[in-house]
Amino acid sequence: MESLPILSLVLWLPLAAAVIVILLQDRRAMFGVAVLGAALSLLLSVAVWAAFEPGAGMQFQESFAWLPALGIQYALGVDGISLLMVLLNTFLFFLCIIYAWATVNDRVKEYLVTMLLLEVGITGVFLALDFVLFYVFWELMLIPMYVLIGVWGGERRVYATIKFVLYTLFGSLLMLVAILALYFVHGNSTGTYTFDILQLTQGTYGEVFQLWAFVAFFLAFAIKVPMVPFHTWLPDAHVEAPTTGSVILAGILLKMGGYGFIRFSLPLFPDASQLAQTAVLTLSVIAIIYGALVALMQTDLKKLIAYSSVSHMGFVTLGIFSFTQQGLDGAMMQMFSHGLVTGALFLCVGQLYERTHDRLIANLGGLAHRWPVFAALFLYFSLASIGLPGLSGFVGEFMALVGAFATGVRVFGVLAVFGIILSAAYMLWMYWRVMLGSLKEAHRRLEDLSVLETAVLVALALVVIWAGVQPQAFIQIFTADTSGVMQAVNAAQVAGLVPK
Amino acid sequence: MINVAWLVPLLPFIAFAINGLFGRAYLKKTTGLVANAGVLGALVVTVLLFLAQGGHPEPETVTLWTWAASGDLTVNLDLRVDALTLVMLLVVTSVSFMVHVYSIGYMAHDPGFWRFFTYLPLFVFAMIMLVMANNLLVLFVFWEAVGLCSYLLIGFWFERRSASAAAVKAFLTNRIGDVGFLIGLILVWHVFGTLDYDEIFAQAPAVASAMPGMLTIICLTLFVGAMGKSAQFPLHVWLPDAMEGPTPVSALIHAATMVTAGVYMVARFNPLYVFSADAMIVVALVGAFTALFAATIGLAQNDIKRVLAYSTVSQLGLMFMALGVGAFTAAIFHLATHAFFKGLLFLGSGSVIHGTDEEQDMQRMGGLFGKMRVTGTTYIIGGLALSGIIPLAGFWSKDELLGATLLAGGAGYLLFAMGALASLLTAVYTFRMIFLTFFGSTRMEADRFSHVHESPAVMTIPLLILAVGALFAGFVGVPPEHGLIHDYLHDTFLAAEAAGLMHAPSTAFVVTLMAISTVIAVFGILIAFSIYLRKRPAPETIGGAAPFIHALLVNKYYLDDLYDLVVAGGTRSIGWLLAWFDLNVVDGLVNLVGVVVSLAGNGLRRFQTGRLENYAFSVALGTALVLAFYIFMVR
Repeated sequence: MESLPILSLVLWLPLAAAVIVILLQDRRAMFGVAVLGAALSLLLSVAVWAAFEPGAGMQFQESFAWLPALGIQYALGVDGISLLMVLLNTFLFFLCIIYAWATVNDRVKEYLVTMLLLEVGITGVFLALDFVLFYVFWELMLIPMYVLIGVWGGERRVYATIKFVLYTLFGSLLMLVAILALYFVHGNSTGTYTFDILQLTQGTYGEVFQLWAFVAFFLAFAIKVPMVPFHTWLPDAHVEAPTTGSVILAGILLKMGGYGFIRFSLPLFPDASQLAQTAVLTLSVIAIIYGALVALMQTDLKKLIAYSSVSHMGFVTLGIFSFTQQGLDGAMMQMFSHGLVTGALFLCVGQLYERTHDRLIANLGGLAHRWPVFAALFLYFSLASIGLPGLSGFVGEFMALVGAFATGVRVFGVLAVFGIILSAAYMLWMYWRVMLGSLKEAHRRLEDLSVLETAVLVALALVVIWAGVQPQAFIQIFTADTSGVMQAVNAAQVAGLVPK
Repeated sequence: MINVAWLVPLLPFIAFAINGLFGRAYLKKTTGLVANAGVLGALVVTVLLFLAQGGHPEPETVTLWTWAASGDLTVNLDLRVDALTLVMLLVVTSVSFMVHVYSIGYMAHDPGFWRFFTYLPLFVFAMIMLVMANNLLVLFVFWEAVGLCSYLLIGFWFERRSASAAAVKAFLTNRIGDVGFLIGLILVWHVFGTLDYDEIFAQAPAVASAMPGMLTIICLTLFVGAMGKSAQFPLHVWLPDAMEGPTPVSALIHAATMVTAGVYMVARFNPLYVFSADAMIVVALVGAFTALFAATIGLAQNDIKRVLAYSTVSQLGLMFMALGVGAFTAAIFHLATHAFFKGLLFLGSGSVIHGTDEEQDMQRMGGLFGKMRVTGTTYIIGGLALSGIIPLAGFWSKDELLGATLLAGGAGYLLFAMGALASLLTAVYTFRMIFLTFFGSTRMEADRFSHVHESPAVMTIPLLILAVGALFAGFVGVPPEHGLIHDYLHDTFLAAEAAGLMHAPSTAFVVTLMAISTVIAVFGILIAFSIYLRKRPAPETIGGAAPFIHALLVNKYYLDDLYDLVVAGGTRSIGWLLAWFDLNVVDGLVNLVGVVVSLAGNGLRRFQTGRLENYAFSVALGTALVLAFYIFMVR
């Protein structure tokens, strides 16, 4: 395995598939190649998982000089934290492209190329071990996302894409500045000018610099997560995005924010993180409660799920900024679960929309009569989203709460627990109005899920229950690495909330 | 034998899986047999387990796998077998099996037959896991799982608006309780450093002396969870509405098993509770108040199932009252007898509903006894047991828990008064129900009355078997305080004995109390007989004499309306306000920034040739400026 650049293969295989797709004309052939590319990428990332040694730090590293004069290299590697995200990513892309086979008929070639490029960009973010490479992928992935919503999106897609792109661009430009500053500050103090993430993470930085840089990184990640009050791009983007766009957006894009906090903010700026802890925990609890309350009153299904994402991602930041082992592990599990569950919910809403051409809750009702298979799966994922124990959603929420209670201020944990009532309220109320009661006349003739659609949802459902019944299978991937992050941030000079 | 303990939950789970996967397309009516086989299997293994473990089973555990390990938090999926678990398992699997048999008849013509027999064994699986859990987290997991089954089965006839509403109400009310449970659970972990029962219990004395306040908070937060699941005031509102579900579900989940989970939890955590006198008195008072409160509502309900529902709330209240004075055995004893006679009454009410073509309003029944002799007879047996007539099952257990309050002294006298009054009312509403349903002249239309029929054997045989339970199950607790069940559970509740909560009553006390209990029950039955059968005084005149109280009772003290207005309405109003705020203020600000920037961009446009350059230029300039700031100003 040493000689095979397996991570590069995981990363670039979708690009190769995209290039071939450009050369093809036949719809089946194009999909065949795209599915194959995504499948190989998934299989290889599973192979990485199989050969992965938990707790052995960065593995499968590849690096060669790119612009040596500037200390820029092409460097890839995985630890448990990035591995889980890569697995989630390749899995969701594989399913999305299969799902698209059944549903996308408009500009197939462009669609597939866009999706495959998006996969490259996102995988790159999680694999990069060089800040310049990381930043390139971080921005690169914006372009296909922009195209995806802008071309295949709904009526107000132009407004939504511009808002999405400008908002995220604003955040990431600040991050770029902070990256450059990090490069110079580190270079000035050590004499080694490098963008190597691992090397930069080893360094220590002054408190004032940490604070400025933390704020810049924070904005980039907080917008991605998104944290309240930086979240308003998300509902608009979701409503206008095509189904698979929403799946990728909610499933993986948001995770880049949480990943950024764990990978960069905490280890690079421990003092600043400690100083910001109270503020970030406050914002997290607000996100949990506020997102849920706003979700309760949404009339559009996609907006409802978008706001539920705001609420659920609040548990991610809550866990991360508890600076405890359980909190960080909970955040990881919550990201993983949210990716699967919310991805599945957006698929469900997409299937609903394709049949009824309606997403307004008030116009639906009684659909369980016609679609028993869909009804069962939609309920399943709704319950997973509510955090029903036994399914994946509970694990992350629970562990994040355990972490939150460990901070000296228990009120964060206590308030966050109340989020579980609200999430049940908006989901079950939604399900009731959409699926139960009496069927509308116009929906009497609609068909239940096709085999392909069912298969995609069942694949997600199996992982959801696996992660709920035996979360340890996933926790053991990353817990040693999050432990390192926790130790790094708790080695800070500044005391946080957790009593030492 | 512990090595086959996993078969108990597995068999119903297999039945669930088979029916869930193949029920709709292939098995159809066969799902009933599959479910019955699975639950019967669980019952048989339970009995074998019970026999193999002997008279004084030591707690045994077996680890299935590690659920999660993160830092110093390790949670294993363990199964536990001990005396308390075995008692619960016997009750759960035997009543479940009776209900499964009965349901084949009751649900025979329902198009959702396969769905019913998918959910029901799933519930049995989850309930078994709940009582076999060996740590708080697994308990919570299956606590939620039984709640899910309850949600699915209450809303079983989902085309009915009221059924869906009741299902959501049940889930949400339980979630309020779960908040307490979850907080308690996490606090346990932080205080005790473990979630495993035995490790928690071993540390209880030390924690009790080191941080008594925290122990009380833990006990009370866990109790909030119990209040949700076991429908205690003020979280009781979901249970009467849960009667929207098919009647076998009401019998199994909402009377005999799931709703007793709260009682089970407090009993299980007796080594913690005995150290917190404050928590104990709260448990006792909430229980006693609920017992009395629900019994008064039960007097004025006309829906046969709702009377039984309020009765269940009331009886669960009595169990908590017993727990609160440290009479853990009495509470579990009453839990067990109640499971039989209340299960019987619910199934009997189902038989009535079945035989009268879906009539649930007792004001439109009467005189049914002649048409349904088996149902009627078994129903009266259940009613006598519920009222506490010697020597039926309910008598022994209720008598014992009332006695425990007296023996506790102090506030116990108040508790006894409340419990005794609740018992009196119990006898009244129970026989009001029996007289209105089965006796007197019928109030049904003649042609409907002529179609009234007894249920098929598949339904009446479970009634007969449960009636045998209602007649004789009480003898496991005879003689009082020294019966089989007391001996069996002795070691489980050692902590209560150590804490001085056990009192040995004198024979005179026991006999006097038995006499008082009997008088109370008989008096209650006579009141009902006088009002509802002899019409002296007529029921209307009583309602008319105190119209305000009557309205209060009929409307369940207006609590549901209050909750609708304040809790549901309040939450929605806040949600509505925040949604407006989000759209117009938070997002408004974002868009305002956008507008200002683009206006500024328009202003600058004359200096630039096009937008792209403009953009690139400002990015470069801005980056350079901020970078310079970082490098030179910030070190």
